[in-house]
Amino acid sequence: MLARTHVSYELKDDVAVIRLNDPTAKVNTLTWQLQSELMAVMEEIWANGAVKGAVLISSKPGNFLAGADIKIIQSANSSEEATGFSRQVQKQLEKFEKSPIPIVAAIHGLCLGGGLELAIACQYRIATKSKNTFLGTPEVKLGLLPGLGGTQRLPKLVGLPEALDMMLTGRNISADRAKKMGLVHQLVDPLGPGTKPAEERTIEYLEEVAVGVAKGIANKQVPLTKEKSLMQKLQDTVMGLGQVRKMIYKTASEKVQKQTKGLYPAPVKIIESVKTGLEHGTKAGYLAESENFGKLTVTSEANALIGLYHGQVTCKKNHFGTPEKDVKRLAILGAGLMGAGIAQVSVHKGLTAILKDTTEESISRGHEQVYKSLNTKVKKRALTSFERDVTMSNLSVQLDYSGFQSADIVIEAVSEDINIKHKVLKEVEAIISPHCIFASNTSTLPIKDIAAASKHPEKVIGMHYFSPVDKMPLLEIITTDETSKDTLASAVSVGLKQGKVIIVVRDSPGFYANRCIFQTMAEAIILLQEGAGPKKLDSLMTSFGYPIGPVSLSDEVGLDIAAHVAENLTKAFGVEGGHSAHTILSDLSERGFKGRKSGKGIYLYEDGTKDRSVNPEAEEILKKYKVAAPPAVSSDSDRQYRVVSRFVNEAVLCLQEGILRNPVEGDIGAVFGCGFPPFHGGPFRFVDSMGAERLVSIMRRFEDVYGNRFTPCQLLLDHAQDPSKKFH
Amino acid sequence: MASMLLNTMWSGSVRPSRAVWLGARSLSMTAQLQAQVQTKSKKTLARPGVKNIVLVEGVRTPFLLSGTTYADLMPHDLARAALQGLLHRTGLPKDAVDYIIYGTVIQEVKTSNVAREAALGAGFSDKIPAHTVTMACISSNQAMTSAVGLIAAGQCDSVVAGGVEFMSDVPIRHSRKMRKTMLSLNRAKTLGQRLSLIGSIRLAHLSPELPAVAEFSTAETMGHSADRLAAAFGVSRIEQDEFAVRSHTLAKQAQDAGLLQDVISFKVPGRDIVSKDNGIRPSSMEQMGKLKPAFVKPHGTVTAANSSFLTDGASAALIMSEEKALAMGYKPKAYLRDFVYVSQDPKDQLLLGPTYGTPKVLERAGLTMSDIDVFEFHEAFAGQIMANMKALDSDWFGQTYLGRKSKVGAPPMEKFNLWGGSLSLGHPFGATGCRLVTTVAHRLQKEGGQYGLVAACAAGGQGHAMVIEAYPQ
Repeated sequence: MLARTHVSYELKDDVAVIRLNDPTAKVNTLTWQLQSELMAVMEEIWANGAVKGAVLISSKPGNFLAGADIKIIQSANSSEEATGFSRQVQKQLEKFEKSPIPIVAAIHGLCLGGGLELAIACQYRIATKSKNTFLGTPEVKLGLLPGLGGTQRLPKLVGLPEALDMMLTGRNISADRAKKMGLVHQLVDPLGPGTKPAEERTIEYLEEVAVGVAKGIANKQVPLTKEKSLMQKLQDTVMGLGQVRKMIYKTASEKVQKQTKGLYPAPVKIIESVKTGLEHGTKAGYLAESENFGKLTVTSEANALIGLYHGQVTCKKNHFGTPEKDVKRLAILGAGLMGAGIAQVSVHKGLTAILKDTTEESISRGHEQVYKSLNTKVKKRALTSFERDVTMSNLSVQLDYSGFQSADIVIEAVSEDINIKHKVLKEVEAIISPHCIFASNTSTLPIKDIAAASKHPEKVIGMHYFSPVDKMPLLEIITTDETSKDTLASAVSVGLKQGKVIIVVRDSPGFYANRCIFQTMAEAIILLQEGAGPKKLDSLMTSFGYPIGPVSLSDEVGLDIAAHVAENLTKAFGVEGGHSAHTILSDLSERGFKGRKSGKGIYLYEDGTKDRSVNPEAEEILKKYKVAAPPAVSSDSDRQYRVVSRFVNEAVLCLQEGILRNPVEGDIGAVFGCGFPPFHGGPFRFVDSMGAERLVSIMRRFEDVYGNRFTPCQLLLDHAQDPSKKFH
Repeated sequence: MASMLLNTMWSGSVRPSRAVWLGARSLSMTAQLQAQVQTKSKKTLARPGVKNIVLVEGVRTPFLLSGTTYADLMPHDLARAALQGLLHRTGLPKDAVDYIIYGTVIQEVKTSNVAREAALGAGFSDKIPAHTVTMACISSNQAMTSAVGLIAAGQCDSVVAGGVEFMSDVPIRHSRKMRKTMLSLNRAKTLGQRLSLIGSIRLAHLSPELPAVAEFSTAETMGHSADRLAAAFGVSRIEQDEFAVRSHTLAKQAQDAGLLQDVISFKVPGRDIVSKDNGIRPSSMEQMGKLKPAFVKPHGTVTAANSSFLTDGASAALIMSEEKALAMGYKPKAYLRDFVYVSQDPKDQLLLGPTYGTPKVLERAGLTMSDIDVFEFHEAFAGQIMANMKALDSDWFGQTYLGRKSKVGAPPMEKFNLWGGSLSLGHPFGATGCRLVTTVAHRLQKEGGQYGLVAACAAGGQGHAMVIEAYPQ
C-alpha cells in the first residue's frame, strides 16, 4: 500500500478522527489523490467494528475543503469524462450518506463546492463561528453546477427556495446563517489564545467537541433530527405540494432569464437538475446532475469563467516584491466620491487615512460617506457599532496638511486639471518624508505629465480606482518610465490591502480601461446620432452580456466627466470625422444634463421610480447632431459588434503597444473595470473563442463604411492570419 | 495538591465540621511554618521617603444572594450599613476622615454619587467630600487605591474607601423611542402636539431596556467569554466543578470557624438581623455535574454552579497614613504597598487580569512568587481562575503575551483563597475589592505570613493586583 499523504486518521477512544491535509497546497481541494485516500481510509474505518463514529476535519487553519480541484474539470477532454467523474464521486458520497457509523464534519474556514457536498453527505455538521468560516456552492460562478450530489441533497436539507438561492447565486454563507438555515447542526465559538496560538487551539477544540458529538450520536444521546417547529412543518407541507414547487421553479427560471438574458447555461441546468430529483426521484436526479455537470464543463462559458477565476487569483498577488517600507498611513487629497471611497476601503482594512479637502462642506460630506457605508454594515449586523467606531478612529478629515509628514503614500483625487494636480503635488512634496509615494487617481491625464512637476518622479505613480470604489474590485496601477520598482511594489501592496484586483499598465492617455471604454462610448454616441435610441441601444448591449448599457453607464459616470475623458482622449488619439463624442457630451452637460447626479442626463432620474424615461430635452440635442444610419451596418447584431469590436480592438492594441503586460490582465481589467461580459472571459478570450479571423472580417465590413476607426490593429491581424496563435 | 486538598475535604465532609476545620488548620500552620523558614527577597517594602499607608480596618455587610433579605433596600442603604459598621468597629469620630470614596458598577440613577448619599445617611459630617468611582469588578479596588493616592500625595491623612452593589433592583429603562417621545412631550406646547405625540406611541415603544450584561465593545456576555477562555486553556468541566466545590467548602469552614471577621451584623428594616453570607452551599461533585452549561450550549463547561452569583452587599475600609493611625491610637492591620492596573483584549482575554497584573506588581515590589504567603484572587468563574492558573504556568503564554523569558508560575493552592472566594461568598461587583484586601490582612494575621497578593479581573478586559504587607504584631 502506498503511504498516505493527504488523509490520515487516528482513534480517539472509539471515534476515528480523519484529517484532511494536502501537503502540496495551502488550501485543501478535492483532488484525485485526496479523494482516493479518503475513500481508502473510510473503508478501513467501516471495516473496523470497534469504531463507533468518525470526525472529518481539516488540519489547515483557514479551510475545511475549498472545493473540487478545478484542474480535474479542466483536464476533462469530453463531457462524458466529466460526467464520469461526477458519477464516481456521487457514488462515493452515497456511501458516506449511508455510513453505518455517524460521520461528523467539523468545519473551520472555507467549506465550498465539493467541500460542502462532502460535508452534507455526512450525518452531522459542526462549524466554527469564525469570521473566516463560509459555506457555499460557488460552482455557478464558474459556469458549472454542484455535480457531487449537491443539487440533490441541498433542497432536502435547507428547503427548495434556500437551496436554489444558494446554488444560483453561489454566495458564501456565514456560520450563523448556516445554523439558522439548518445547513449545520451546531456552532463552536472561535477561541482566543491559551497555552498555544488561538487558531491552533480553536481547531483542537472543534475536534474535541466533534468527537464528543460523534460519541453522543453513537450512543443515541445526541439526536440527528431536531423536533421541527410549527413553522417548519407548515413549510414542509406547502413544499410537498407539486403546484407550489412548480411555481418556485417558474419564478426561479424567470429570474434567471431576466438576469442572465439567457447567456449563462449553468443556472438553467441547476434548476433542471433540482427539479428532476424532486419530481422524478433521487436516481433520476443524480443522473441528471452528472450529465448536466458534464455538459457544462465543456461550454465556452465555463471555460471563460474559470479563466477569469484564475486571472483574478493572479491579480490578487504582488508580483513586484515586498516594499522596502510597509505602507500603513495614507493621505488622500480630495474628499469627493473617489477620495472618500478610497479612504473608506483603506480604513475598513485597518489602514489609517487622512482625508483632506479645501472646504468644510466637502470634508464633512466625505466623512459622512465613509461613516454611512460602515453604519449600513452595522444595520445589517455585519459589523458591531464598536467595530464601526474603532474603524472610524482610523480616519481623520481635515483642511490642512498636518500629519502628512508621517504618511507613507499620498493619493490625490482632486479635479482633473493638470495645473491643480501640479499645485497639490508641489505643496505635498514640500511636506512629505522622502520615502512617501505620490499616487494620482487621475482617469485620463498621463502620469508622466503630472510627474513632470515632481522633484522625485520615481516616487510618482498612477492608481486609477473605479467608481464606486467600495463596489468596483479593479485597481489599475500606472507606471511611467521613471517610476521606481519599490514605488510600484508599495502601490500594489496598498491596493491588495484594500482588497483590490490589480492590473499594472504602462502610462498612456486613458491607460487601459478608460481607453477601451472611450471606444465604446464614442461608438455609442455615433449610434445615438444615427437614431438607435438610448433605450434600444442599452438593451442591445445588455443582451450582449454587458451588466449596464453604454448610455446608462455615461449617466452613472456623469456626462461632464465623460465629456472630459472624451476631450482628453480625442486630443490624444485624434478625431474620426463628424462631431466628436466630446462635442456632444459637452453640449449635454453644459445644459445641466450631467447624468444621475443632476437628476437629468440622457435619461430622467426621479426618486422612487425605477422605470426611467428618456430625457426629451436631451433627445432634442441629439437630434441636432443627427446623421443617417447606413443600412449595411445597422442591423442589431452589427450595432452590437460595432461597439464590441472597437473595444476589443483597442484592448489588443494596448497589448501590442505594451501598455498591457499580458492578456490575463487585459481580460481582468475589461471584465472588472469596464463590465465586459464575464461569460466571454474578457476581450482576449473573446478573440480566442470567436476566432480573430472572423472578428477581422466583421471589422473590415465596418471599415468599408466608416473608415479607419474600424481598422484592425496589427496584432489582431497577426492572429487572424495564423489561427494557431492564441492569447491564452 | 488541589485534588489532595479536596480529598481531605471530601472525606471530611461527612464528619462534624469542626474536624474538617482542624484538617485545614493544620495546613495553615504548615504555611505559617514555611513562612518563617523561607528567606524573603525583601524584609519589608517600606521605602525611605515614601509614606507608609495602612489598612486600619475593613468591614462588610453579609453578602446575600440578590432578591433575598436585602430585596427592598436601596444601594445607599447597604453602603450606609457598611459605613456604620466601620464607625462602630473603629470608634472613629464622625468628622475624623478627610474623604470618602465608593465603588459601584450598576448605578441607581437616583443616587448616582452613592458615596455621598451613604456618608450623609451614615451620619458622617456633611463637611466630608465623597465621590463614586466605577471600574467594573475592581471598582472598590479603585476606591482604595484612590485613597492611597490621596494620602501619598499629602492631600489627606485618613480616607474611607468602600464599595457597594445592589442587584435586587436594577434600573430598567423605557426604550429609546419611548424616551424620545416622552422628552418631546415635555416640550410640546399645544394640546394638538401632545395628542399627536401620544398617538405616535406604538407597541414597540413599550418594550423595556434592561441593563446590558454584555460587554459593550464585543456584545459578548461575561459567562460566554469565560467559557471560551476556559476552553482556550483546556480547562475541563471537572476541574471547574472541583474548584467551585473547594471554594464553597473552604468558605463554609471559614464561616463556621468564625474567621470571616470582616462581616458585620446588619439589622434590615422590617426584617431580622443578618449576620452571615447566604450563598455558601457546598455540594457534591455529582450534584455539580448535573447542571447544564449556562452560556455555551450544548458543549460549554461554565454552569450556574461554577460561576459567581448575583449578589447584594457593601464593604468599607479605613485607610490612613501610618503616622495618623498611630497618632489616633489605632493598631493597623496591614500596609498597602505596590499596586497596578492592567488592561488587555476585552474579547479573548477579558478575564485574564490576574495573569497580567501578578507579574507586574511583583516586579514593582521587587518580590517573587515564592515571597507571597497569602493569595486572594477574585473568583468570577471557576473556569476563569483555572485559566489564569494555566496562563501563569505556561511558558508559551509568558513569552508570547507577557514579554517574559518563561512562565510566571501559578500560585500554590495551599496558599490560595483559603477562606473561600467570590464563587461561594458572593460577588457584589463594586464591593468585592475591599473584601479581598481585608481578607489578605486577616489571613496574614492568622497565618503569620508577611506578604499577601490580591488580584482581580474586571469587565472591559481590565485587571488589578496589589501587594499587602503584614503589620508587625
